[in-house]
Amino acid sequence: MDLQLIGMQLLSGAVLGAVLVMTALGFTIIFGMLGVVNFAHGALFMVGAYAGVMVAMQTGSFWFALLVAPIAVGAIGLLIERFLIRPLYSRPPDDPILLTFGLGYVLVEGVRIVFGNDGIPFSTPSALVGVVNLGIGYFPIYRLFVIGVVALILVLLWLGLEKTRFGLIVRAGARDPQIMRVLGVDMRRLWFLVFGLGIGLTALGGVLAAPMRNVSPEMGSIVLAEAFVVTVIGGLGSIAGAVVAGILVGLVVSMTSLFAPEMATISMFALMALVLLIRPQGLFGRASI
Amino acid sequence: MKDKQSKSMSINRRQVVGGIGFGAAATLVGMPYIARAQSETIRIGFPTPLTGPFGAEARDQVKSAELAIKQFNEAGGLGGRKAELLVRDDKLNAGEAATRTLELIEKDKAHAIVGALSAAVQLAVNEVTRARNMLYISISQSDTINEVKDFSRYTFHEALNPHMTTAAVAKHTFKKGAKVAHLAADYAYGHEMLRGFKRAQASIGAESVGEILHPLGVPDYSTFLPRISAMKPDILCISNFGRDQANSIKQAAEFGMKQQMKIVVPVILHNQRLAVGSEVFEGVVGGANYYWGLEETIPSARSFNDAFRATNGGAIPTDYGAYGYTGVKSLLQAITAAGGTDVDKIVAALEGLKYDVAKGPQSYRKCDHQSVQSVLVLESKKKADMKNDLDLFRVAATEQSGEAMLRTCAELGFSG
Amino acid sequence: MTIQPLEGTSSPEQSRMAIDGLIQVASAWRVPLTVLALSVLPWVLPSKALAVNVLIYGTFAVGYNLLFGYTGLLSFGHAAFFGGGAYLTGMSIVHFGFNWLAALSAGIVGALLLSVVMGVLSIRTRGIYFSMVTLALAQLVYYTALQASSWTGGENGLRGFTVSKIDVAGLRIDFLNPLHKYYVVLVFTALALWLVSRVLNSSFGAVIEAIRENEGRARACGYDVERTKLLSFILSGGICGLAGGLSALHLAIVPLDTLHYHTSGLVVMMTLLGGMGSFFGPFVGALAFLVMEDVLSLWTAHWQLFVGAIFILFVLFLPKGIWGTIMGLGVR
Repeated sequence: MDLQLIGMQLLSGAVLGAVLVMTALGFTIIFGMLGVVNFAHGALFMVGAYAGVMVAMQTGSFWFALLVAPIAVGAIGLLIERFLIRPLYSRPPDDPILLTFGLGYVLVEGVRIVFGNDGIPFSTPSALVGVVNLGIGYFPIYRLFVIGVVALILVLLWLGLEKTRFGLIVRAGARDPQIMRVLGVDMRRLWFLVFGLGIGLTALGGVLAAPMRNVSPEMGSIVLAEAFVVTVIGGLGSIAGAVVAGILVGLVVSMTSLFAPEMATISMFALMALVLLIRPQGLFGRASI
Repeated sequence: MKDKQSKSMSINRRQVVGGIGFGAAATLVGMPYIARAQSETIRIGFPTPLTGPFGAEARDQVKSAELAIKQFNEAGGLGGRKAELLVRDDKLNAGEAATRTLELIEKDKAHAIVGALSAAVQLAVNEVTRARNMLYISISQSDTINEVKDFSRYTFHEALNPHMTTAAVAKHTFKKGAKVAHLAADYAYGHEMLRGFKRAQASIGAESVGEILHPLGVPDYSTFLPRISAMKPDILCISNFGRDQANSIKQAAEFGMKQQMKIVVPVILHNQRLAVGSEVFEGVVGGANYYWGLEETIPSARSFNDAFRATNGGAIPTDYGAYGYTGVKSLLQAITAAGGTDVDKIVAALEGLKYDVAKGPQSYRKCDHQSVQSVLVLESKKKADMKNDLDLFRVAATEQSGEAMLRTCAELGFSG
Repeated sequence: MTIQPLEGTSSPEQSRMAIDGLIQVASAWRVPLTVLALSVLPWVLPSKALAVNVLIYGTFAVGYNLLFGYTGLLSFGHAAFFGGGAYLTGMSIVHFGFNWLAALSAGIVGALLLSVVMGVLSIRTRGIYFSMVTLALAQLVYYTALQASSWTGGENGLRGFTVSKIDVAGLRIDFLNPLHKYYVVLVFTALALWLVSRVLNSSFGAVIEAIRENEGRARACGYDVERTKLLSFILSGGICGLAGGLSALHLAIVPLDTLHYHTSGLVVMMTLLGGMGSFFGPFVGALAFLVMEDVLSLWTAHWQLFVGAIFILFVLFLPKGIWGTIMGLGVR
């Protein structure tokens, strides 16, 4: 086993980690803020990918799709919050799980009806096609671009949460919604916007994945599992946790792929089980939820 | 032995059911329906995964099977007896398929079952049919179904198996001394394809530079690809199926591996190629049971395509879809030869049947009931070479029908 | 968890004595009444194979509900017990030549052992973390079964253990006959229902409901909460193992999908659809779900659209589930 190969494994693991962070971000934000476990996360990721492909095909521009599709799907997210999730806030926490589970079925089947069962082709945008020699081996330019986008999104999220009034309210609201209500903050409006933001980010993950993964109605089901694993390891609702956990999972999967490839998927779940048993609230989670 | 059992059955049923309190009424209603008129419709149960990732293939199978039924009925059926197709959604789930098959046998009183797309579903259906002496024509790929452990006298395997497709693909792509790497899905079907390729590679004299088993359903192959690159193979065999195949080829292309090595797959699917696109698949070589382009050389393919186009608004039949046609058509031919629906007579007729309904001569081997047939080796065309939207593949080679491409009966565990 | 128990409670100012009395009587006789209702199922459902599935998934859901509805613990890992029971039943016949009853017992014992292990590991976590731990552990069971293919048949599923006849007290029953099979399975379902009913009526039943309503108070009252939860977890696992074993005998195969988290999701959905926290609810949910799926999938390949929409409508407008809503109408 030469060092070049190990270097390549580490790199592809870290990049896979970035992709995982992107797939988990919307899920984590919605859970952390609203306490809603969104079982339709995978389906909305898939809808994002389809929306991206549609916009790109209509306009001929991937860049336009990268901007427009998440906004469009985020708007759908706002409608979902308003008409499906909002009536459940006073209900037991299991109710949103059941509802989003049903919603996932509806979205997947809806896409099958409109676009067929087989999926649709989508290629890497021409500006990002090809591989680049990094000294240790060749790596796709597109994946490096994805890292850049994920980093940009994380910086924007951090600025938004730490440096703006809105971010302050969001952080405070996640900690204690009741106090916020007493202080006269309209939590419903806040939750409405955060849900839309979470779904928009989920859809962005879908658009970014479209050139790498086959765009098909089932592409979301594994994404839901991945988002679960990353979110649970990082600590439910913690964005920093999701970032660290995503990269950690990417590296663990990558190293397992090198030494025991058939265990690559189980290693992800084993890591999750281990973290849960040693530190049930996850790496960055608060002790009680 | 089975007959004795059914004779002693009626007494026992009365005792058991009576004990629960439903007594005579239950016994009467539950009596097996014995009187079967000569004019009774021939019912063929057809479990297929209409829901899920292979819904398009499943619908093609149904269309093809219905065409075979239609042709049979238009030709007068079996002395006036018409045939009917009972389509059931197996949802690509073995438990669901077993339940649907039980329903088809117990409630719908099917005379035979044809169908299944995944190996696990096929083996589940086989388990149900063989316990009940029910005729089953399997149209799913698997090596396991040929082996003596899962053999049923009443089961026939119309589809190709991994051993055949890998042998044909390897024969036309491997060369002596070529370096071959393998990426295979870690489950029964993946192992079977891997075994087939390695066997062919040994007999051709190609050299194996490594193999990687990947978990089923992985969405991202980027962590497996650097190791494959480091093996520096001439040929990469990707032994997985459906979405896994689509993702792994798409990502291998993304990592620029298609410039370094030739990618070959055991089975290449028409609908998958459409879903993934010509750029990604360009140059990929794979095996197939059927391709509509056969019509240029094979008369039965032309008449099948024409009939299919006429009933389906000009659409062409696809690979897995064609199994629905060849499976049902050969069964109906055997029923005609047997002169009725007596299961033992149909088995004898199928064993002796020589048929050419869509792709040249076929017949069922006696020991394992595998359909001996040709295997096509297809190469995915680049966009510029496509004459129209349906012109996806070039027929690189046709491995002619022959028992030599099957594992021997002795190897499968059959004595004599 | 803030779900109210459905049986026996009704706001006094609204309750009508007669209906209330009737419900009291029905509650006391709930097991015989359920079994009586179930014994006509093969005659009213579209097929007998479906009827057997209703018994099996009904038992699964009742076992699951003991933990979810009554103890208030949302497990996402019960596929491990259902599948574990199924695999051990099948493997006992394939590899050790057990007879059907010994194999079924082995399945139950195996599920019990598995639930002890998973219970000990998961019971100290709370809320959504409990759900996650059970999910993660069940996934490990799934991958173990996938890898140990020489024992389990791997992705192809476990095969080769068709039980075609069974001997009970000198009687030979044709197990391939769907009606015979139905009533044999019904005997075990009845036993499971009886057991669950006894448990719920015992002081243990009162304690688990107290834990669901307010864990802190139950602890303050001096109950060993962890031990009670664990016992409930194990009991639930054992009954789900029985259901799995029956499913293995019914289908004569164990598909790997049995262990998939979709199976865990399925039982949650069935329980919620019928109405959690009520005795009949889960069974009604299993019945409704399976019949709905059977009928819809014959009619359209897009049945999942309707299943999904029905779930959404239920959560929004009938959160007590089918049975809970019917009971609610009764008392009002």
